[in-house]
Amino acid sequence: MKTLKQELKENIIEQLNLEDLAIEDINDDDILFGDGLGLDSIDGLELIVMLDKNYGIKLTDPKEGRAIFESIEVMAKYISENRTK
Amino acid sequence: MKTVYINSIGSISSQKTFDNSEFLDDIISYEDNVISVVNPTYRDYISPGDSRRMSKGIKMGIVASKIALNDAGLETVDAIIIGTGMGLLKGFEKFLKALLDNNEQFLTPTSFIQSTHNTIGGQIALGLKCKGYNFTYVHDSISFESAMLDAKLMLENNEANVVLVGGVDEIGDYTAELHKLIHHIKTEKVHSAKLLKSQTEGVVYSEGANFFVLSNEIQNTSYAVIEAIKTYNTLGNININKVVSEFLKENNLDIETIDIVVLGNNGDITHDYYYNDLSAGIFNSTQQVYYKHLCGEFNTASSFGVWLASKILKTQKLPEAIKLNTIEASKYKTILLYNQYRGENHSLTLLHKC
Amino acid sequence: MSRGVAITGMGIISAIGNNVEENYESLLEGKTGISRVSKIKTIHRDDIMVGEISFTNQELEQQLGLSSDNNYSRAALLGSIAAKQAIVNAGISNINKYKTGLISSNSVGGMDMTEAHFYDYFQNDAIQKYINGHHSGDSSQKIAEQLGLEKSFVTTISTACSSSANAIILGARLIKSGQLDRVIVGGVDCLTKFTINGFKSLMILSDTFNSPFDEDRKGLNLGEASAFLVLESDKVLQAKNKPVLGYVKGYANTKDAYHQTASSDNGDGATLAMEKALKVAQLSSKDITYINAHGTATINNDLSEGRAILRVFGNDVPLFSSTKAYTGHTLAAAGAIEAVYSILALQNNIVFPNLNFKTQMKEFNITPQLELKEKELQTVMSNSFGFGGNCSTVIFSKKQ
Repeated sequence: MKTLKQELKENIIEQLNLEDLAIEDINDDDILFGDGLGLDSIDGLELIVMLDKNYGIKLTDPKEGRAIFESIEVMAKYISENRTK
Repeated sequence: MKTVYINSIGSISSQKTFDNSEFLDDIISYEDNVISVVNPTYRDYISPGDSRRMSKGIKMGIVASKIALNDAGLETVDAIIIGTGMGLLKGFEKFLKALLDNNEQFLTPTSFIQSTHNTIGGQIALGLKCKGYNFTYVHDSISFESAMLDAKLMLENNEANVVLVGGVDEIGDYTAELHKLIHHIKTEKVHSAKLLKSQTEGVVYSEGANFFVLSNEIQNTSYAVIEAIKTYNTLGNININKVVSEFLKENNLDIETIDIVVLGNNGDITHDYYYNDLSAGIFNSTQQVYYKHLCGEFNTASSFGVWLASKILKTQKLPEAIKLNTIEASKYKTILLYNQYRGENHSLTLLHKC
Repeated sequence: MSRGVAITGMGIISAIGNNVEENYESLLEGKTGISRVSKIKTIHRDDIMVGEISFTNQELEQQLGLSSDNNYSRAALLGSIAAKQAIVNAGISNINKYKTGLISSNSVGGMDMTEAHFYDYFQNDAIQKYINGHHSGDSSQKIAEQLGLEKSFVTTISTACSSSANAIILGARLIKSGQLDRVIVGGVDCLTKFTINGFKSLMILSDTFNSPFDEDRKGLNLGEASAFLVLESDKVLQAKNKPVLGYVKGYANTKDAYHQTASSDNGDGATLAMEKALKVAQLSSKDITYINAHGTATINNDLSEGRAILRVFGNDVPLFSSTKAYTGHTLAAAGAIEAVYSILALQNNIVFPNLNFKTQMKEFNITPQLELKEKELQTVMSNSFGFGGNCSTVIFSKKQ
């Protein structure tokens, strides 16, 4: 059974169309935005939708997203604590 | 007023045109009603990080513009002007379908952003870090001509020195099905060689990107001079022969000065009569050339016509496959292009050897 | 000084009025057109506010005298109404008499019909007529037809929020170069589920009345509108003695080239656009007496634009206000409707208020004009800064 972190890595690669990356290429504590994986504000919006669609978590302020999406580790923790799906 | 030159070209089409060292060396024939392009290796030009957010139309535009810029030996330009008839259909279809299928929920912005018509020009500007004038024209079969006209105006009046101009359209699968439904696209497959004899409604639909660096400074590698461009929303009841004669007169030319006329016949029996009227009319003694059996029809397909004319003027070669009649011009100096789509948005473009 | 291009007619339909006079009255009275959306069924109805035009499509069709088998989208209907008003206002009786062109603009063309019928075309012959009305050029062709314009230069610009400002710019350049004697310029956008959801997915829509340049601004309200202006050359003016409403004195279009959707924090593209427009007008920043700002009330735009205004005007920032709290952000039509408002301001020497402002933005200390103010105006600068950094500025003047 997939762990949440594996699932997240898969979703991110698919949702954000990161064709060149495999799950093994993303470490749990890699910084996702800016200099890390290079995600930007549009990716942030995509991830907010993913949170809602897959885990039932609704964020209303895009700025909240930046803190939650810091790394796979941080994301997984937040989702485990707040998911409704 | 300064003279305006086509200094370089970059083309992605249903023929292998992305390599400027070739000129339709091997003609690809098709037997279909929707045909796609011969793709360059997009990765050679676009990083995976950037590519992930680009639809086909944007990729074609970026690569065709890079080929044109390389051809002109330039890193950037003063202005970027794009023409696209239908815009980025893939993004629009994806976003609208998601909206309708999910009842407006869980929508992500990427395909919405990709559906906006000026994204092509925007992405090219981002890549070149070009902060200059950036317009996108979206007007059916004169989208590309509007872009060229604007660039010509800019260069003639010295508002800029170097302008990148392009025509881009991409296939949207669902949109193509809708256009087949209303017979704007042929419902049967047609062979390229038999396009003009098809006797049926509709066109063979395609996509492509044709880009040009225009300048008011000639280079020894320049392709052509753009003498004049004129567009007409409708012709009313006026015969096309009269309209073209008037245009030539306005430009102090007579029929004999035109060495080659490039016509946009697309095999649609309901509207090709404009081209047939010219062929049998004022140009019955002129060498006639056609090209949409090579590149298909889409709103900015006339940009392929300009690519073709530019190549003819520079190489002084004329491929067999594009000949529409048996008359052979004695020289290739002045070329007139005529295009229209479904009886509207007619354009005349006059090019001259440098 | 550079010679301005004469404006001889205007037409407009928006959430605050169905013609120029009605729009002007609403501006004077501080009467907003923002409300909950009524004609579009959307799940977001209670989360957004819009600037909606009261007429239904049927009512607009009747006004234009269209037959029942027409395939006009709402965009084509609104555009036709506004363009016809403009040529009447300009006293044009024979549109094909001079070299005349039409430059329209829109973002999503006939999308209102497309989204209503998208999956139904294969089952229903009667609606197939709308398939060909989807593309952006279609409404422009229909507007040209409504005006009786034939065998002429007609085109459509689509550069998001700067579209109709860009139509004005191209029109002015064509007149100045002698290519046209007369050109009708403007744009239209109608409300659609497509744009409502598109902007919602970007999380820049406010759930309440938009408040431009306010510290607590929450985003924009979408609006629908159309406006057209008639620009005419000196040659036509000499032949016909008609009143001139104002002049297009300066203009510029630049690109931020910073990001796909956001503008740079310091407003590079916006700064360049304002500076270049002044240069074309051969004016200095001190000559501008009022700025009709883009002011969409998004976090990004108002910060970027405010900073750009400071960079261009330094310590001498003129009176400025955004009228989007009245009309909403009308996308492609914004540049044209705000051009009409700029000319009204010039003609009447009035600065329109920036509604809904409560708290100063902390990033700078310039404040928009909050009350209606009478002031002698010679020039008005109008900004339209598009999605993805396509920045346009047009300067209007009282004198040529």
